Amino acid sequence: MTTTTTKREVGQTPPKQVAPPGRKPELKTKASYSTTGDHPLLFELGAPGLCGSGLPVSDVPNADRTTNLPVEMLATSLPALPEVGELDVVRHYKRLAHRCFSIDENFYPLGSCTMKYNPRINERVAFIPGLANLHPYQSDSDTQGMLELLYRLRCDLQEISGLPEVTLQPAAGAHGEMTALMIITAYHRSRGEHRTKVLAPDSAHGTNPASCAICGHKAVTVKSKPDGRVDLDDLRAKVDQDTAAFMITNPNTTGIFDEQIAEIAEIVHAKGAQLYLDGANMNAILGITRPGDFGVDCMHFNTHKTFSTPHGGGGPGAGPVGVAEHLRPFLPVPQVIENGNGSFAWCDDREKSIGKVRSFFGQVGVLVRAYAYIRSLGCDGLKDVSQKAVLNANYLAAKLKERFNLPFPGPYAHEFILIPDFAGDGVSENDVAKRLIDYGIHPPTMSWPIHHCLMIEPTETESKRTLDNFVDVMNKIADEVAENPSIVKNAPHTMPVRRLDEVAASRKPNVRWKA
Amino acid sequence: MQYTQVTDAQVSEMLETIGAESIEELFSPIPDKLRTKGDLNIPKGVSELELLRDTESLAGRNHATGELISFLGGGAYDHFIPTVVDAMSGQSELLTAYTPYQAEASQGVLQLFYEFQTMICELTGMDVANASLYEGASAAAEATLMAINITRRKRVVIAETAHPDTVSVLRTYLAQQDVELATVQVGEDGCIDSQSLSAKLNGETAAVIVQSPNFFGCIERIDRLIPMIHEHGALAIVSTDPIASGLLKPPGTFDADIVVGEGQALGIPLQYGGPYLGLLAAKEKYLRKMPGRVVGMTNDLDGRRGFCLALQTREQHIKRERATSNICTNQGLLAMRASIYLATMGKQGIAAVATQCFDKSHYAATSIAELDGYELAFDAPFFKEFTVRTTKSVDKLLSVCRDSGILGGVALSRFAMGLDDCFMVAVTEKRSKQEIDALVEMLGAI
Ligand SMILES: Cc1ncc(COP(=O)(O)O)c(C=O)c1O
Repeated sequence: MTTTTTKREVGQTPPKQVAPPGRKPELKTKASYSTTGDHPLLFELGAPGLCGSGLPVSDVPNADRTTNLPVEMLATSLPALPEVGELDVVRHYKRLAHRCFSIDENFYPLGSCTMKYNPRINERVAFIPGLANLHPYQSDSDTQGMLELLYRLRCDLQEISGLPEVTLQPAAGAHGEMTALMIITAYHRSRGEHRTKVLAPDSAHGTNPASCAICGHKAVTVKSKPDGRVDLDDLRAKVDQDTAAFMITNPNTTGIFDEQIAEIAEIVHAKGAQLYLDGANMNAILGITRPGDFGVDCMHFNTHKTFSTPHGGGGPGAGPVGVAEHLRPFLPVPQVIENGNGSFAWCDDREKSIGKVRSFFGQVGVLVRAYAYIRSLGCDGLKDVSQKAVLNANYLAAKLKERFNLPFPGPYAHEFILIPDFAGDGVSENDVAKRLIDYGIHPPTMSWPIHHCLMIEPTETESKRTLDNFVDVMNKIADEVAENPSIVKNAPHTMPVRRLDEVAASRKPNVRWKA
Repeated sequence: MQYTQVTDAQVSEMLETIGAESIEELFSPIPDKLRTKGDLNIPKGVSELELLRDTESLAGRNHATGELISFLGGGAYDHFIPTVVDAMSGQSELLTAYTPYQAEASQGVLQLFYEFQTMICELTGMDVANASLYEGASAAAEATLMAINITRRKRVVIAETAHPDTVSVLRTYLAQQDVELATVQVGEDGCIDSQSLSAKLNGETAAVIVQSPNFFGCIERIDRLIPMIHEHGALAIVSTDPIASGLLKPPGTFDADIVVGEGQALGIPLQYGGPYLGLLAAKEKYLRKMPGRVVGMTNDLDGRRGFCLALQTREQHIKRERATSNICTNQGLLAMRASIYLATMGKQGIAAVATQCFDKSHYAATSIAELDGYELAFDAPFFKEFTVRTTKSVDKLLSVCRDSGILGGVALSRFAMGLDDCFMVAVTEKRSKQEIDALVEMLGAI
């Protein structure tokens, strides 16, 4: 991967744009990111002997190492950790922070990921000492407030899903999928059935089939119709007595609510299989419709999407799972319960439980943020979330439709698919994505669920002005493709690095620093 | 509170652009009979001030460490967290970034995770590490699935000296697979009984999972166990406490194949059990079999150093059902905290933490063992946590301590392992001599 023509200055200042009268500022490049050159690794900073933090001098006698430890196990040298003073540690992480796109600085229309604003107050709540500093083995009597919080969250999620019981234990969406499939398997086994197949549409997220594999099931793909909906004939042909579950995402990953859902539930249930909902797209239906009411037996939530807990550069999330009545006996333990006298407790008593899927109780710090979010918004605010998320998506789609190919017809739910048709100019969806970076916009999800697409999810927290700016930028990029495609093909031009050789990174992996 | 920011006037304008009469019309694909009638049974939204009142009152009904002096461990420890860790990991550019799929716009977190991987390799003595898994127990389960995949064998052995949650989580994962799970009991000295381990090993064994320091705080002789495991062609998976390598040789030194661990001790608040940090490191030759994201160093078009996600063809978004794991969202923010913690403490700091844990826990253990009615339950060497056997009622003595503001330890009765007369005491660098003496005095007075 080399290029000859482009120098960094190309496109550093995109040609001035004529703003519609009296409305918008000119398009800005992300000049603050144009720090050139690389930034030293921690291991290249500092000097032997430096340390960023000190402990009090020990006030107990030294314990003899040689009598108290087997000499074979005693370290003879220390791990080569950095040796850096506190100020340099601070500068290091400050500079790294400057080299990231984030919700707090950038529009982030990353389809399926629901990159909405993460309210500051939720961070403050999560760090209240009485919540943040509890040890998981403290007694229920010392943790009543936390137990009540978790119990209330459990009830709220039950209400939102329309399912009678929710477990808060799973650590993320994929972990929730796995937990749910384990519950479903245990249910079938309890009826003396060993079903081996799990179906999912071709538009399913990669974690769906991967979760099947972890559960020892065979993943079978069900076709989608050209309009993005499940092909019912193909579903009918594939669902049988050996099918444990059908995993559906609804609204699906093309951004469409599949109105055949009730019929799908019927087809699946007729064969004794379970209907599983990947709840990644719940942001479009809060307070509008409930999975339990449209025939779902089991689902997961992504708190880090729908309930706005921050993504932290990759995690943590939480993946609470809700189940219908007949699956309740199989939920993981322990469960947070109300004792009936206004006190709360952990309950291990569930004979047919699948057991534990992670240590302790779950991603509690994440769940606290989700609780704060749901409390702040309430039933009215949650409904407003979905209404505005759907409004924003349809508005953006309507504006972009003028110039771009939207292969699936609307109305859309909270996201939609767009195909930048520039193959004639040798410009790919990846090039468009990279060019968006120069305009300070995080690229949409790429090349999934169909080839060459961008999946655009604006979320409800964006203003009309931000959406309009995005449309202008997309149109601008289309102009650039027509006038000077190399500016797009070689983007980004304003980041600390240009395009990276990802092939080499995998072919000859260097995944740790060696001096 | 509402975080949307579109006015009614703008709504009308937007609807006009869309060509719809109302927002309601946009939901027309959802059949009427499936619609939720009326409001959800959730209270109406509240202001920020009311939310603070609500959550502070909930928090006020808890009694947390800090308010109480904690000797609790069992997999979650009250270590000191330098202020810099909160300050730097709280930067919203890091906090609110997504997974770094767009490398050019994510050099900050990518470099951070590359540095994290390097430091985890150093602490475990391994060649390669990933960018985090959920937490310690599921990391052990993932390592086991990895070992099954590498060896193509269908039998796994775990020592019951591992954390009970690790054993249960592994059991849950393996119940789905056609894999046999054998367990090795706790020996007299609190460690794995090598005889009974030996009896459980055979040519079908994919892996043995050993935790050291183990659940009871004891240091396992992995220098002797690993060769035994390797004799049968099985992989040795060692679950470890990353802090211990400030004092002890890391598992890699003894030829462990995969090292996993709970990284909570590295600058992560207790948070009632999560989110924590799953660690996984391995020998270089297993790199392509590892679960989870991995960051690699590479060059850009101008030959400049940069970072990107590497080996993505192992992962679910590419390989789907043939991926090495289903994990997608990981524990990025916690890996960040661990990195900042390790950068701040550094080589000297980690040695100081480990040494103080060692000295203080030994001071506490010696003092408690001198009391009437108390003895150390096990002879094996320990690092920062130890198990006490008593002739008194464990529940009673812990509740007396608690009434005086001391969380004296974790009662083993809660794990139903036949050690109901025992409790575990963890002593980190944060505990002062005065606090330890107070615990000892309290126990002596019962
Ligand atoms: C549709 C869909 N399903 C499942 C997942 C997996 O969730 P997680 O990343 O929390 O494991 C995602 C998110 O990445 C998703 O977009």
